[in-house]
Amino acid sequence: MSEPMHLKDSESERRSFAGRSVAVLVLVLVCTSILVGRLIQLQIVSHQDYVTRSDENRIQVQALAPPRGLILDRRGVVLAENRAVFTLSLIKERIVDMPAMLDELKNLVGVSDEEIEQFHKRMSRRKRPYEAVALRLVLSEEQISILSVNRHRLSGVEVQAQLLRYYPHGELLSHVVGSVRRITEEDLGTLDVVNYSASQFVGKRGVEQFYETSLHGTVGYQNVEVDARGQIRKVLEINPPLTGESITLHLDVELQSAAVKALGDRRGAVVAIDPKTGGILAMVSTPGYDPNLFVTGMTAEKYRELTSSRDIPLFNRAVDGQYAPGSTFKPVVGLAGIGKEITTWEETIQDNGAFRIEGQPRVWRDWSWKKNNSGGQGQVDLHRAIYRSSNVYFYNLAHKLGIEALADMAKRFGIGQATAIDVLQRNIGLMPDPVWKYGAKGEIWYPGDTVNVGIGQGDVLVTPLQLASMAAVIANRGHWMRPRMLLSSAVDLVESDAGVPMQDITEVKPQDWENMIDAMEDVVHRGNKGFRQNGTAWAYIGRNIGYRMAGKSGTAQVVGILQGEEYDEELLTEYQRKHAWFMAFAPADNPRIALVVLVENGGGGSSVAAPVAREVIDAYLLPKIAGTGL
Amino acid sequence: MSGSDFVRTMPVGQGLVRVEPLYRLHIDLWLLLGLLGIVSFGLVMLYSASGQSETLLKAQLSRIGVGFVVMFVVAQLPPRLYLRWSPFLYGVVLLMLVAVLFVGLSAKGSQRWLGVEGFPRFQPSELMKVATPLMVAWYLHDRPLPPRFKHLAWALVMIVVPAALVAMQPDLGTAILVTTAGLAVIFLAGIYWSWLGYAALAVAFSLPALWSVMQGYQKERVLTLFDPERDPLGAGWNIIQSKTAIGSGGIYGKGLFEGTQSHLSFLPESHTDFIIAVIGEEIGFAGILVLLVLYLGVISRALFMANQIEDTFGRLVVGGLTLTFFVYLFVNIAMVIGILPVVGVPLPLISYGGTSVVTLLGSFGIIMSIYTHRRR
Repeated sequence: MSEPMHLKDSESERRSFAGRSVAVLVLVLVCTSILVGRLIQLQIVSHQDYVTRSDENRIQVQALAPPRGLILDRRGVVLAENRAVFTLSLIKERIVDMPAMLDELKNLVGVSDEEIEQFHKRMSRRKRPYEAVALRLVLSEEQISILSVNRHRLSGVEVQAQLLRYYPHGELLSHVVGSVRRITEEDLGTLDVVNYSASQFVGKRGVEQFYETSLHGTVGYQNVEVDARGQIRKVLEINPPLTGESITLHLDVELQSAAVKALGDRRGAVVAIDPKTGGILAMVSTPGYDPNLFVTGMTAEKYRELTSSRDIPLFNRAVDGQYAPGSTFKPVVGLAGIGKEITTWEETIQDNGAFRIEGQPRVWRDWSWKKNNSGGQGQVDLHRAIYRSSNVYFYNLAHKLGIEALADMAKRFGIGQATAIDVLQRNIGLMPDPVWKYGAKGEIWYPGDTVNVGIGQGDVLVTPLQLASMAAVIANRGHWMRPRMLLSSAVDLVESDAGVPMQDITEVKPQDWENMIDAMEDVVHRGNKGFRQNGTAWAYIGRNIGYRMAGKSGTAQVVGILQGEEYDEELLTEYQRKHAWFMAFAPADNPRIALVVLVENGGGGSSVAAPVAREVIDAYLLPKIAGTGL
Repeated sequence: MSGSDFVRTMPVGQGLVRVEPLYRLHIDLWLLLGLLGIVSFGLVMLYSASGQSETLLKAQLSRIGVGFVVMFVVAQLPPRLYLRWSPFLYGVVLLMLVAVLFVGLSAKGSQRWLGVEGFPRFQPSELMKVATPLMVAWYLHDRPLPPRFKHLAWALVMIVVPAALVAMQPDLGTAILVTTAGLAVIFLAGIYWSWLGYAALAVAFSLPALWSVMQGYQKERVLTLFDPERDPLGAGWNIIQSKTAIGSGGIYGKGLFEGTQSHLSFLPESHTDFIIAVIGEEIGFAGILVLLVLYLGVISRALFMANQIEDTFGRLVVGGLTLTFFVYLFVNIAMVIGILPVVGVPLPLISYGGTSVVTLLGSFGIIMSIYTHRRR
């Protein structure tokens, strides 16, 4: 006991150790119980929650975008199709040094700073690790091969295929077919969220917009098992998308190219209709633009160029451009006079180049009037008034008709109305009348207003599509076949009629139609008769023509001309010059094509627009005549 | 009574009442069976977790083979050898740890390995898990127990120095295990409960200081423990995915080789540190319970063996190694199921990895040696 602390007491140490062993055992059991308790909580109590989380992890419902329906022309030429393109995407987790990789891609395929900025934005919105984020949407063939050659040092770089809309004819059909564009925040408010869940594009403009619902198709979905890298391992369930309907249009690509070629680099529009069906054979608005730019994206600079150009290439003049019809309106005034029995084919007036309403000082001039008071068409009946385009005759007739009768007949021809079945018409022209004038200007209707309308000036406005429809109605001798794009589709489409129904014009008798058409034929064919005896367009298009064409020229003022002043082109800037119109159909006794040509600020209708019309009709009819002996 | 009957009931062997052949080979049957059970269980799960990779399975199998050979050899050496060589072993491993800091090989951002041409590379820190308890037990075995304060202080120095070296690699998980192994010996040596209480208080008060010296990523792991959703794609990803794996396994699991979390790569480190999540997902709560029973069986047997040993050194070593083994598996499972921060601790005898398996089996060899060489 003297030095107990220095002695090893093995018995007490053994007892102490045994005690500590028990403590260890207790510790082990307590700790194990904690583990087991936690396991019970995870695996039994919250089991279902974790099953859900695990399934959410691995099972993804993926929406499958339906392939968009094709758009074909009347002969089956593809106007809009879907093409596989290759997208460059990056997987962040597989890239060791992201800035170095982006530099490398800059060198290899010229990735721009703008693309990198977009890429970082998309990166911040991704949902899980290993998700591929797009850096460039469309790679060229050359870029794909550069990337594949360098693949070994581009770990984490993926090239993925995707279907994109493609317009093989580019600018040729930009306005009529339209294009799809990227879905915007704004679109999301109007589109069906479910059906568009896999879609990136929606039809904007033209046929693509009008037939959006049918072309788009129905979204599909698949339940897939994915791994943490987002790679699909197994498709558990698939409900395939329904491909959009393919549609065939009345359009004739060859005629469309002929029209574009005939217009050349001038601003203008051509609308050609098959009068028998109302089918739109060609619809051109120049300048156009490459619709593919809206699919693959364009630089901000290019977009600014398109939107700020004075030539407004994005504007569809053929459908939405509104212009005074000028003299092309005269056949309507003439038929109104006949139909309402205000005049006859035999009645004549003396045209000395000027018209005055009795008791009023204002003088309305003929287009042929000169300051020396020469001009006028002499003794004029309705027939001559048409082929010589006498203003005075129609001033007089309009004045006698009155605006109500005139407007009534003009509306029967579709002026101021949306008549097309499947063309979205944002502007529908204007047929003015007293009610409209009081509402719009707060002024009463003056008899002089009617006189202006008599030659297609004043407030009357038409679109090229409306004038083309009017030409088709005259060609059909009053029978309406409303203009339409769609020729056929495999099933009935859901899109509803966008226009108003029209009734045939029966108050004009068959013989009166023939007389009017004879007069319009003389516009083109009456020649070699001497001074002021030829049709207005004969000198420009009437020679060496292999078929009978009925036509009417028009020249629409853009700026007002003062009383007693002559129109002098030299004094006006290009954008103040007159618009040139020509309306025509052929062959006159069995029309196969009715069309209208507009050349903005082009000058005279006969000299500028008529040759374009001749070229287009030639392109359409001559091969048919050669083929069938028509 | 025939001769053969006599032989069967009274086996020859230096007058011992009961001598089993394994016992003469210095192998404890029950411990061996337990270890074989755990190892076999582990191989099956590893095969599944690795995506049924036979290459990986064979690699692990050969390491386990090496481990059992090491265990067998170590078990043959008499305990006095360990007693005598403990300080030497400790010193050599300590030098190797210093060497690692200067000439070690790195992987995944830390420098842990020593490589010598012609030998498989290894982690000296793993050896320290055995060397430290041996050293502390050597130091305390001939001093009065419960240990005086002075002795305790020295023992703590013996623990802190290697632990700090390991932590500098940095390898927090192994540093914790080295510390635990040393502290386990001190605890078993009979340190006063009151001192333990003071120590606990001291630790509690030094937590804020500890927080301030922790590295950014370590703080991140602690914060992530409390709220994995604060960075679900980054620091929180592992723990969210492992909890999801285990929780979705339920009572009986999704079936062997059928775990979606692991096979679809949602679960990171699925064949190394996070393998318990694969077990929980594929064979469920029941599977983990079976494994825990195997582990507890081995631990109970080892504790029982420790109490049969006469000398203090032997008792402290066996008890210390046993307790370390438990801490090992507790820390691993606790971190995977989200009750401890993520530190790099493998699931003992199951996670893929060489040095750990060999060291662990070697430490069981020491336990067997001490037990089977004891006086009776």
